[in-house]
Amino acid sequence: MDAAVPILRRRRALQARVGDLLGHWVTAMCAAVVVAITVLIAYELWSSSAMARRLFGFAFLFEQHWDPVAGRFGAAPFVYGTLVTSALALLFAVPLGLGAAIFLAELAPPRLSRSLGLGVELLAGVPSVIYGLVGLAVLVPIMREWVEPGLQAIAGFLPLFSGPIYGVGYLTAGLVLAAMVLPFIVSVGREVLLAVPRDQREAALALGATRWETIAHVVVPYARVGLLGGIMLALGRALGETMAVTMVIGSRPEIALSLFAPGHSMAAVIANEFTEAADELYLQALVEIGLVLFGVTMAVNGLARLMIARIRRAGGGR
Amino acid sequence: MTRNRRRRVTNTVMLGLTACAALAATSILFLILAYLIVKGGASINVAFFTQLPRPVGEVGGGMGNAIVGSAKLIAIAACLGLPLGFATAVYLSEFAPPRVASAIRYVLDLLNGVPSIVIGIFVYALLVIPMRHFSTVAGGVALGLIIIPVVGRSAEEFLRTIPSSWREASLALGATRATTVFRVVVPAALPAMVTAAMLALARVAGETAPLLFTALNNRFWSPGINQPTASLPVMIFTYAISPYPDWHRQAWAAGLVLLALVLAANVAAGLVLWKRMGAG
Repeated sequence: MDAAVPILRRRRALQARVGDLLGHWVTAMCAAVVVAITVLIAYELWSSSAMARRLFGFAFLFEQHWDPVAGRFGAAPFVYGTLVTSALALLFAVPLGLGAAIFLAELAPPRLSRSLGLGVELLAGVPSVIYGLVGLAVLVPIMREWVEPGLQAIAGFLPLFSGPIYGVGYLTAGLVLAAMVLPFIVSVGREVLLAVPRDQREAALALGATRWETIAHVVVPYARVGLLGGIMLALGRALGETMAVTMVIGSRPEIALSLFAPGHSMAAVIANEFTEAADELYLQALVEIGLVLFGVTMAVNGLARLMIARIRRAGGGR
Repeated sequence: MTRNRRRRVTNTVMLGLTACAALAATSILFLILAYLIVKGGASINVAFFTQLPRPVGEVGGGMGNAIVGSAKLIAIAACLGLPLGFATAVYLSEFAPPRVASAIRYVLDLLNGVPSIVIGIFVYALLVIPMRHFSTVAGGVALGLIIIPVVGRSAEEFLRTIPSSWREASLALGATRATTVFRVVVPAALPAMVTAAMLALARVAGETAPLLFTALNNRFWSPGINQPTASLPVMIFTYAISPYPDWHRQAWAAGLVLLALVLAANVAAGLVLWKRMGAG
């Protein structure tokens, strides 16, 4: 009996060590799988577009003709459409989003701030196909009947606002995208503004600055890296957004200077044509567009995360 | 005096503008909700939930197959994404050395930023080409991949809110690391982790792009998980861009059902978290 005690104890200790190792390594394996998946995505896109990459090279991005029937594949109309719609989205969403973030973080009483904040979070949860549905059925007619004719009457001499009006096109897609990325700017903005130390504000106010001067000259500059990070995050979303853009951009693979013209985007052309791609080269060209999209969003998001992390570390307490 | 007046006026105007911006941002949500309730509410009926889509040109029918299809896709996504996401979160918060943890966290953030259409291409190359046909399981896997970073990151945040004194108390009582993690830390964070799962599932419930060329679509019931299936988001897309008024009507109904599900999950999750934060 007495001899059994140390053996039991030793067995217990062994079990404990095995349990610890098991817990550690099983969860570590799962984490490794997640990292491997990310690498595998990059590899699949790279290898599935090998033929297209060899055949077209970098000129793929600048070639303007997309005519799968004739075997001509140029991604310039899609790159252009993605850039223009994303730029428009930021043009609308950044002032609105920063304004809202400032209101939520600096001015609103806590209860109001929390309920408005919840509304913004919910907005971020709305599926993109629903943005597309509302955009197509509600925004497109409004743009066609009112906004675009109005703009044309005022500034029609500019090439940006000239040409026939369809309702679908770059401008409408930019507006829908703006609504979709707005929550990202607001919620990241609110968070980084709240991370600005209280004494920064108090010092400015004590020097006689007004509330607005404190915000504009002290709080926002202090948080600028984080705010920029939020904007980059929104840009990453806008570049890769598919459904809503597909539904309102008009799906015409040509570059047009007019913002009223129908165009196309990188994500939208993949969504529209992937299942129709009959021959191997056509499919590979679409995968190559996906590869470019993947690379660009990775770069933008990577930068955004670094910026937000920096302000979080710097901020610390409130 | 005039200078001070100008400063005061600027102050009032700019602060007013920020309030307007906040109002505008939240009113977008209410506009979307209002349109869906008015247009979708008018065209929702029992047939919508139980019947199959009618052939083109025939009025009526429903999206029963799409509702079942979405449920199956989400179930497959949950089976793949939740265990991987949770295990990664546990590793990050409990076991990983700090440098490894921050590197993996960064990868998760990057994975989260990958456009969902690109995930679709990946799964097409990974599953659809080898299987030689579109299938429910391929769609589910695509959605599962999207879940992993969402659930991983949020579950980890929740795990890290568990005070380290709890861990120390458990270790001081002679419990092992693994016992501490799985008997003390994870149970304490469980309600929050369930919330994280709910939010992640709500997000993929509305994903359309990764399903377009994995699960494809189907106008009939799809038995098992080996055949193409309809899903609510893809049906909304197909019906919304179609030229038929009756399909538009059904797209609104489907949009209302989908949004109601997503928002209900979000609000429920918000309430759980709110309660916990109030209590803690």
